[in-house]
Amino acid sequence: MSDIAKQNMSAESTGMFGVAGSGDTSGYGGLQRRKVQIGSTERPFGGYFDEVVDGLERAYPGFSDAIEKVVVDRGELTLHVHREKLNEVAQVLRDDLKFEMCLGVSGAHYPDESGRELRALYPLLSLTRNQRIRIEVSAPESDPHIPSVVEVWAGNNWHERETYDMFGIVFDGHPALTRIFMPDDWNGHPQRKDYPLGGIPVEYKGATVPPPSDRRVYR
Amino acid sequence: MSQTYNSPRETTEGRIYSVTGGDWDDLVTEIGSTQEERVVVNMGPQHPSTHGVLRLILELEGETVTEARCGIGYLHTGIEKNTEYRSWTQGVTFVTRMDYLSPMFNEAAYCLAVEKLLGITDQIPERATLIRVMMMEFNRISSHLVCLGTGGLELGAITPMFFAFREREMILDIFEMASGLRMNTAYIRPGGLANDLPEDAIPKIREAVKTIRKNLKDNEKMLVGNSIWMKRTAGVAHLDLAGCIALGITGPVLRSTGMPWDLRKTQPYCGYENFEFDVVTADTADAYGRFMIRVYEMEQSLRIIEQVLDRLEPGPVMVGDKKIAWPSQLSLGGDGLGNSLDHIREIMGTSMEALIHHFKLVTEGFRVPAGQVYAAVESPRGELGAHIISDGGTRPYRVHFREPSFNNLQSTAAMCEGSLVADVIAAVASIDPVMGGVDR
Repeated sequence: MSDIAKQNMSAESTGMFGVAGSGDTSGYGGLQRRKVQIGSTERPFGGYFDEVVDGLERAYPGFSDAIEKVVVDRGELTLHVHREKLNEVAQVLRDDLKFEMCLGVSGAHYPDESGRELRALYPLLSLTRNQRIRIEVSAPESDPHIPSVVEVWAGNNWHERETYDMFGIVFDGHPALTRIFMPDDWNGHPQRKDYPLGGIPVEYKGATVPPPSDRRVYR
Repeated sequence: MSQTYNSPRETTEGRIYSVTGGDWDDLVTEIGSTQEERVVVNMGPQHPSTHGVLRLILELEGETVTEARCGIGYLHTGIEKNTEYRSWTQGVTFVTRMDYLSPMFNEAAYCLAVEKLLGITDQIPERATLIRVMMMEFNRISSHLVCLGTGGLELGAITPMFFAFREREMILDIFEMASGLRMNTAYIRPGGLANDLPEDAIPKIREAVKTIRKNLKDNEKMLVGNSIWMKRTAGVAHLDLAGCIALGITGPVLRSTGMPWDLRKTQPYCGYENFEFDVVTADTADAYGRFMIRVYEMEQSLRIIEQVLDRLEPGPVMVGDKKIAWPSQLSLGGDGLGNSLDHIREIMGTSMEALIHHFKLVTEGFRVPAGQVYAAVESPRGELGAHIISDGGTRPYRVHFREPSFNNLQSTAAMCEGSLVADVIAAVASIDPVMGGVDR
């Protein structure tokens, strides 16, 4: 990996084109980049979200232990669930709160957030009540294990294989957790942030344009 | 020559026969002489009947399928990863290539998600939204036509293919007229559309709708109630409502169980609540019902398109916010889509500020406030969801697509196991997976 690519992935945010300090000559971009932490939301959450959270609290006695925080952002409810409790919460959400459909799982990798680098995000849909919520579960990179929810939502089988393939999250209890897109003997997990995109350098009149992940970028 | 390829090999799994030509009868005789009832057939990924580069691994007892497994990934191109290295607007050109039969839906789901992140959902001009709806509905027809045409072809019905591709051509012409491209249009952009419809578009589209409506009847006659077609599809590939919900199946497969679940009605987006149309269902839960749903959904799409045409008023097709809106309206020239010459003249000749603005917005792009959203649209194959995370930068932090083809293909085993090997083709065709979408 080139220096620029490493720099692009480094925690410290340097300026545009890798310039340190302000570096802003145009005043256009507003180069300061704040790390945004979306905090927990307080009640009332609005809409049917109160109903969902109250319902879960009633139906699931271990609510306060299992739910790290509740976030409502841009009209969407996210329940941050401790990974040990994921299956219990999933079962209650499916049976008591009628979230009968899980629309898969999407991964995310935050290399800077030590202890919770890997995320699994489950969008849930209730056909009965016409509601949507999302579950977010985190795991450290050193111990990338999250329980599988295939027992609860069978349709997550392939989605979990995809997230395992792309992010290396091991879904414990999955019936056959193998790679799904990449060849079985592939090394690494392509959608992690420390995995370069790669590509072929393009040469034009003697100058070379590096592959996308090695290019300078606006930050 | 063929003898060298055909000669069986002994492996630890058993004897392997590679069929790459030669006389079929020789193979049948040879396998027959082994007295082995259990045969594992590898079908695809290069096979005319697997609906794309899909590999099916079928375990057969005689002609009955005892186990069906899918091998996918042959078309994996890393689209999700690629979008992390481009600006938010460039992302459209990647996602449009996922499910190549429904590019408008890919773009729409992506753009709706980006707009939700930006908080500009309410500011999208009316005209842009209406044209988006029209393009999506045209795209639904063209996608269903491919499903019916190729589905028919795979089951031995050749004529529907000719009819289907005749109408699809007219729709692709409309896409070309609007965007310059027939597939992978990149027409819907964050904030609105790449460009407005050409001036003479509306009468042409009205004419096309009239012709398509008339011509769709041809295919209807070929497929509805046709006894040969029904023998291949009716009662085949059964999957009931409980099975669909457990496997997360949406779209025509879910509606074939009688469940009227269509996001356009249940969770409307792009103003679908203002259109009159019916959700088509079937109660047979089989391949025939799924094909019938597609046949009749096309008529409903035409209804929506006509309502759009009646409502279209002149106006902008890009959001008013100049820090987000693409700086130039593109124009369609003889060599495809490009910056309009008027715009070039203005930024190069008269306004330095406009040039700087153009340069910054095109090279750097706009910033999207941090957060994550999920936006879903009802694609021809079911719920197409875009889960997008922003870290506040000029490029997406993570883009994930919940592809209905990917999810629905999981039901192959549930539909096929225990049935005849010939029904596997009908089952896969009735799911209508598009491998570009499955593998992304």
